[in-house]
Amino acid sequence: MTDVWLIAVMVLAGLIVLTLARLFAGPTPPDRVVALDTVNTLTVASMILFGVIFRQIVFVDVAIVYALLSFVGTLYIAKYLGGEIG
Amino acid sequence: MIFDAVSIVLISAGLFFMIVGPIGLLRLPDFYTRIHAAGKCDTLGQGLILLGAIVHEGFTLTAVKIAFLIAFIMITNPTMTHTLANAAYEAGVPAWRKEEGR
Repeated sequence: MTDVWLIAVMVLAGLIVLTLARLFAGPTPPDRVVALDTVNTLTVASMILFGVIFRQIVFVDVAIVYALLSFVGTLYIAKYLGGEIG
Repeated sequence: MIFDAVSIVLISAGLFFMIVGPIGLLRLPDFYTRIHAAGKCDTLGQGLILLGAIVHEGFTLTAVKIAFLIAFIMITNPTMTHTLANAAYEAGVPAWRKEEGR
């Protein structure tokens, strides 16, 4: 049973590597921001899966805080790119 | 037993959307189409994977926390996608046009 969940986490890790290609190669700054947000999404999902596999409730708490910080950071960068801040 | 089957189905569906997101991010031609692909991956894929984790976990404190995270994600991810697309439009990021003679 645990093997199936670990395969899912491995697929998510491979997708993070795929998304990093767009993060490095994106021609405009908003492209990079979208790729960074997708990396954050994949990280939160894999953290939740790890917490459920290994029965560690700490991973779930960390994932909640990580999602909050990712949202605030991306929103701030978006406002900056739109010219409303700075 | 049946909970395991349901959670595996939910996580497989979530993984499908998660795979679609980065492929669209790599293959699509400009920023606005890329953010369209990434929005599906963010909201639907993550929501389905977390729902599968809840079904596997049962009714515990962890499941309640993951349910709060799902509600939070359903609000914030569309907000973020909309704000980013609006900001890119304000900043003048060019949209992709079909080339002539195709």
